[in-house]
Amino acid sequence: MTATQASAVPAAEPILELDGLGVVFTAESAQVPAVRGVSLHVRPGETLALVGESGSGKSTVALAAMGLLAGNARVSGRAVIAGTDIVGADEAGLAALRGRTVSMVFQEPATALDPLTRIGKQIAEVIRNHRDVSAKDAAAQAVDLLRRVGIPEPEKRVEAYPFQLSGGQRQRVVIAMAIANDPALLIADEPTTALDVTVQAEILDLLRRLAAETGTGVLLVTHNMGVVADFADRVAVMYHGRIVETGPVEDVLLRPSHEYTRRLLAAVPRLSVAEADKRAPAGEARRDDGPGSGSGTAPVVELRDISVVFGRGKRAVRALDGVSLDVRPGETLGLVGESGSGKSTVARVALGLIPPTSGTVSLFGADLARTRSRARRALRSGIGVVLQDPVASLDARMTVGECVAEPLRVHRRELSAQERRSRIEAVLERVRLPREVVRRAPGELSGGQRQRVSLARALVLEPRLLVADEPTSALDVSVQESVLEVITELQDELGFACLFVSHDLAVVQHFARRVAVMRAGRIEEQGPTGETLLHPETAYTRRLLAAVPVPDPVVQRGRRAERLATLAAGLTEAGA
Amino acid sequence: MSAVIQPATTPGKADTPRETSGTRLAVRRFLRNRLAVAGLGVVVFFVLFCFVGPLVYSTDQTHTALQQVNLSPGGAHWLGTDAVGHDELGRLMYGGKVSLIVGLAAGVLATVIGTLWGAAAGYAGGWIDAVMMRIVDAGIAIPALFILLVVSAITTPGLAGLILILGLVSWLVPSRLIRAETLSLKNRDYVLTLRAIGGTHARAILRHILPNSVSTIIVATTFQIADAILLVAYVSYLGLGVQPPATDWGGMLSAGLTAAYSGYWWLILPPGLAIILVVWAFNAIGDGLRDAFDVRGRG
Repeated sequence: MTATQASAVPAAEPILELDGLGVVFTAESAQVPAVRGVSLHVRPGETLALVGESGSGKSTVALAAMGLLAGNARVSGRAVIAGTDIVGADEAGLAALRGRTVSMVFQEPATALDPLTRIGKQIAEVIRNHRDVSAKDAAAQAVDLLRRVGIPEPEKRVEAYPFQLSGGQRQRVVIAMAIANDPALLIADEPTTALDVTVQAEILDLLRRLAAETGTGVLLVTHNMGVVADFADRVAVMYHGRIVETGPVEDVLLRPSHEYTRRLLAAVPRLSVAEADKRAPAGEARRDDGPGSGSGTAPVVELRDISVVFGRGKRAVRALDGVSLDVRPGETLGLVGESGSGKSTVARVALGLIPPTSGTVSLFGADLARTRSRARRALRSGIGVVLQDPVASLDARMTVGECVAEPLRVHRRELSAQERRSRIEAVLERVRLPREVVRRAPGELSGGQRQRVSLARALVLEPRLLVADEPTSALDVSVQESVLEVITELQDELGFACLFVSHDLAVVQHFARRVAVMRAGRIEEQGPTGETLLHPETAYTRRLLAAVPVPDPVVQRGRRAERLATLAAGLTEAGA
Repeated sequence: MSAVIQPATTPGKADTPRETSGTRLAVRRFLRNRLAVAGLGVVVFFVLFCFVGPLVYSTDQTHTALQQVNLSPGGAHWLGTDAVGHDELGRLMYGGKVSLIVGLAAGVLATVIGTLWGAAAGYAGGWIDAVMMRIVDAGIAIPALFILLVVSAITTPGLAGLILILGLVSWLVPSRLIRAETLSLKNRDYVLTLRAIGGTHARAILRHILPNSVSTIIVATTFQIADAILLVAYVSYLGLGVQPPATDWGGMLSAGLTAAYSGYWWLILPPGLAIILVVWAFNAIGDGLRDAFDVRGRG
């Protein structure tokens, strides 16, 4: 639908035109070029997706188009919005433009709103900044806007503070503010990255509808190829500050011409879906036969009827409610769910970091609650841990070698310095890091390298269980692919069991043999990945799967239509 | 074009400049801060002045010399003499020694107590933390000067006693700083990882939390030293500090003030300026260190 619209208007003058845009940042020790010679345009009613991995300069382009770059940036070239050149425009000229002709939706709705001001007032303020409207009219328009962005009971909700809204609703309010003055251009920088997939689908639907209604041009900055396939008319691919490929979404995503685009798309984990089997044959769970896996062997870790309650009395929050699961030797259990579903809490209970309020955890056959602390400590030498944040996972004051050595210093104190060094070098080699990194500081490594250091630390004791909590969520897809490859390879070699927590269904589908879907502290369903994620039993899992955008615009269009139809049907069903 | 493409394992990071080590970067940042470097210069000057100065410019600071009281600057006495005939320049060195020793020692003592208390409270958490921090709150509610006056009224402290008392009244603020730091550090992923694989609490504190708080601790120490030097001056000014013939800058100021109306400016200005300069210098160093160490600032 959007594609046909785009082809109907190409005659219109572009609302945004970048011509040879360059941005150089002055850092403490050097000049860092972030954007080099970027040229692109967005026409009214058209959505251009600017995609690329972290550090490619895509957000810098978006900020430059708003004239919002930090003081240490030097901009060259032209950035024209509706006839005004942003480069070299004065602050007053920019202020008149921003929020009126062009407005922006940021990634994090929690920080984009003033926490101490009612949302109605914040929207009215944006209106009155640019138009001569009475306070009363502005307030009435704010209610209208909230209705347009799909906030239920807008008359009541204008009085709400941001903290009283969910993340998705907050992003709707941010969008309401962005469209308050009917801008000709909307710049959305990763507008759905901080949101769960089901909410992401709703927000994308909303943006698509609004853009179509008003003929607004949209510059969508994102790293998510599924979002691109779902929303964009045209795509510009950025790499190292340059645009390497531009074209209609179907050409770029299905028939990429540049090698980088091809590699990027190849690295995107694809969700195989029952109805699209012929298009996306990428793989059933490829970990069907790990060594020693099988239901006959005793589980490495077993959670029985676990409940966790935080706080007491009225303010108590039930984080987990009757969760039972086990991981057997050599197999990978994927734990999926949306934010707040309790999947990370499960991982922490399994690690013994959070004591369960009720239920039992057995690790390697021993009940954790009944073992003495010394014995428990010894048991834990069989665990390896990789957590999400590549920066926070390693102590910045230690060298990589010291980080990896830590488990050895805790559990293998008898080792000589020489033995320790050779073990560290061996494990670093296993995760495919060069030997020289031993003396480097974690801060000198890239995110992917740091996650591999974490992995090396987790594996240096040759554990029987690896607990990985979103180990690749902070990484770019190409890096994610290589890290997952390393884990898979080592699992085949060493035969450890793996509890793999992730919000990314496609990754879990490729990586885990069994999967457990969590929702609101409970396990909604669990089973073999091939079964559960292709033919889910519960409506929730179906909804979750339907919301994941796939990086193929043709398939995605069909999926969107189907999802909306199911949703409509679900509404009538719920009424019955 | 293909030259731009690198192996998939090295993403956009490749062309950012290589980062030098944290310590060297901090030193470089500190040296670029002119006020902080000036502060460091002032402190070095006064340390040399007070500890090396007497070797060069030797004076008698124990015996009174009543035949040469209140001499104006010039001749044998570069800064004149005071009401009992002590050479004022020599006395500035002699008193400065006491001020600096007490200030440094009390500042360090306060930070050590504060660090231990704050780290223990923050790491333990729960009700232990609550009780420990309410004690700190109660302590902060009582003005330090009031406690000092009461203590001084009861006993006449010696040098060690003075250090102990000053340290004991000023550890509260650093304890709060370190507790906050510990609270955030103990939930860092690397501490959680260590605990998950069976690392001990001692290891978490000694290997991760304290090393990562070092910058906070050092900065807190400099500010504590500045405060302590000022506090010594207060106490001595009120006549409750070290007893004659020993003295410090506060005591000199107090003694000189009685002569203010006689126009003996050399008894007031030198100790007053010395206090102001040294306190300012330590504060400037503290500011410089805080900015230089700010690890969060470079993501």
